[in-house]
Amino acid sequence: MSILQADNISFSYNGAPVLRDVSFAVQTGDFVGLIGPNGTGKTTLLNLIDGILRLQEGMIRIHGVPVHQMKRDALARIVAVVPQETPMIFPFLVQEVVLMGRAPHLGKWRFEGEKDLAIVNRAMAMTDTLALAGRSMNRLSGGERQRVLIARALAQEPQLMLLDEPTASLDIRHQVEFFNLIKTLNMTQGLTVIAVTHDINLASLYCDRIILLKEGRIQVAGRPVEVITEEHIQAVYETPVMVDRHPITDLPRVTPKSEYPSETGSR
Amino acid sequence: MLRIPFISLSRRSVSDVDSKDRRPLQPVVTLTRIVRVVLLLLSAFLIVSIVSLVTGPGDVSPLFLARRLFSVFQGAEAGLDPSEKTILLSIRLPRILFAGIVGAALSAAGVVFQAVLRNPLADPYILGISGGAAVGAIIGILIGAGAVPFGIAGLAFLGALLTIITIFGIAGTRTDSQTNTLLLTGVIINAFFSAVIMFLISISSSDRLHSVFFWLMGDLSLAENGEILFTGLFLLAGFIVMILHARSLNLLLTGEETAMQLGVDVEKTKKILLVTASMTTAAAVSVSGTIGFVGLIIPHLLRLTLGPDHRLLLPAAVLFGASFLAMADTIARSVMAPVELPVGVITALCGAPYFIYLLYRRTV
Repeated sequence: MSILQADNISFSYNGAPVLRDVSFAVQTGDFVGLIGPNGTGKTTLLNLIDGILRLQEGMIRIHGVPVHQMKRDALARIVAVVPQETPMIFPFLVQEVVLMGRAPHLGKWRFEGEKDLAIVNRAMAMTDTLALAGRSMNRLSGGERQRVLIARALAQEPQLMLLDEPTASLDIRHQVEFFNLIKTLNMTQGLTVIAVTHDINLASLYCDRIILLKEGRIQVAGRPVEVITEEHIQAVYETPVMVDRHPITDLPRVTPKSEYPSETGSR
Repeated sequence: MLRIPFISLSRRSVSDVDSKDRRPLQPVVTLTRIVRVVLLLLSAFLIVSIVSLVTGPGDVSPLFLARRLFSVFQGAEAGLDPSEKTILLSIRLPRILFAGIVGAALSAAGVVFQAVLRNPLADPYILGISGGAAVGAIIGILIGAGAVPFGIAGLAFLGALLTIITIFGIAGTRTDSQTNTLLLTGVIINAFFSAVIMFLISISSSDRLHSVFFWLMGDLSLAENGEILFTGLFLLAGFIVMILHARSLNLLLTGEETAMQLGVDVEKTKKILLVTASMTTAAAVSVSGTIGFVGLIIPHLLRLTLGPDHRLLLPAAVLFGASFLAMADTIARSVMAPVELPVGVITALCGAPYFIYLLYRRTV
């Protein structure tokens, strides 16, 4: 059963086309990577799925229901988003931010109950943020803040999690920790994940399926070994790369080719 | 300025979960905490009201009133004589209520404008509503509309309403970038109305100028009972709408996209809240003139003390704003008695230095 079905989506900003005739389906429990060069419509696609942008052409269905017909809070009970950044002019405490994840379940003014606190507690334990509970959001490092935002998304108890370049500002340790956490949730809780990322190697390591976009079209989609080939990557990114296999996982691995001859390679 | 010790209610004691002695997670804002803060601020308003009741020229001095009350407790047949009764119940009490209502309306509107426009410098006047009201009021003063009940206030309210319609007609209330459009439109409209006000002042006869200036600085002395009731009803209706959207306001503070992703119908909510805050402001400003700083300072002060959660912040702003303006008005009418100062002078004199203090602590 597909949780998400996108049919013939086209989208343009003020007449400039961003997505052209994009169709794909995501099965429940999938971990899908969305990769492609800058400006190729990845974030636009995510924003169409979570209903922030209005669909212009085509149809997106979640569990068979068109997204544009769903009420916002109903959608927020199924789809959670981990954004790159969260602006805070008047900073909340970490636990207040995670509790906000319960908002779609609470309606306009019902107070958080025992059940909500238990869910939030679990989400914070999973993301190792309980120790930050009483800290102000603007006193956190980038990695800490990212974990808090995952905890908030988990508190929504979503079935589908959308990640918009969530590791862009993280160091390699936090990138790996982030993806390990998401992968664990994906495997143990059956959470469906769609991740936009620029890191092809992380996508290769963690995703079941990868969709490669070029100029608003799906260039190729499939398992990492099918998508991440020298031919596809060079065609889409217009950059010479070498693709070999990861020595431990045997998954495809991308290395850019420098235009300059190596001076240290012969040492 | 009136300061109330919040220490026992500050959010640190409730929420600072140390990693070593980790208590089970407790919500920062609970109904119990809201009730506690409301009761505390309500008693603050009562104290301010009593102080204000016994302050001022006239026969009802504090000492006199205390003696009277004391004799009542002793069971003596005390009772106030008619002139005392008039001063207390027909002059001072309505004025305290009036100052309270206006202060509450401006503070609540300030909270909402700062959250929806996501700008710490926003205040109830930022969209130019006060400018529209001022033009209406000054025209009213110049044509002698003060002789008719609701004359000046009615024209001021009309001016404010026309401004609201114009602003939302031009800028709309949609999406992130238009928040800036809305702010800029407000700035321009304010500038335009300043020019109109200057023009009206320059053609005014000198005997009307005093009234014009008092109106512009904020004046609580002229209100009729009908006007007080009018503003009170707007405050009540506005507050109900605002508090019902308290959670949406919290989510809006984390960004419009995030608010949408957490289930808020952002466009609709923003429209409702902007119009509500604008109408509340219009009702307050058209009866009291442009009293500055209340709607800017009170929200910041309370956010620093109580945290940014609107379920707590909104009721606190209403009550603390009421106390603050009632106190400021008491000072305005008594400090240079029998000369009355415009209350806007007092709020700005207290507010400006405090705001600069906050800025330099980088806590705004």
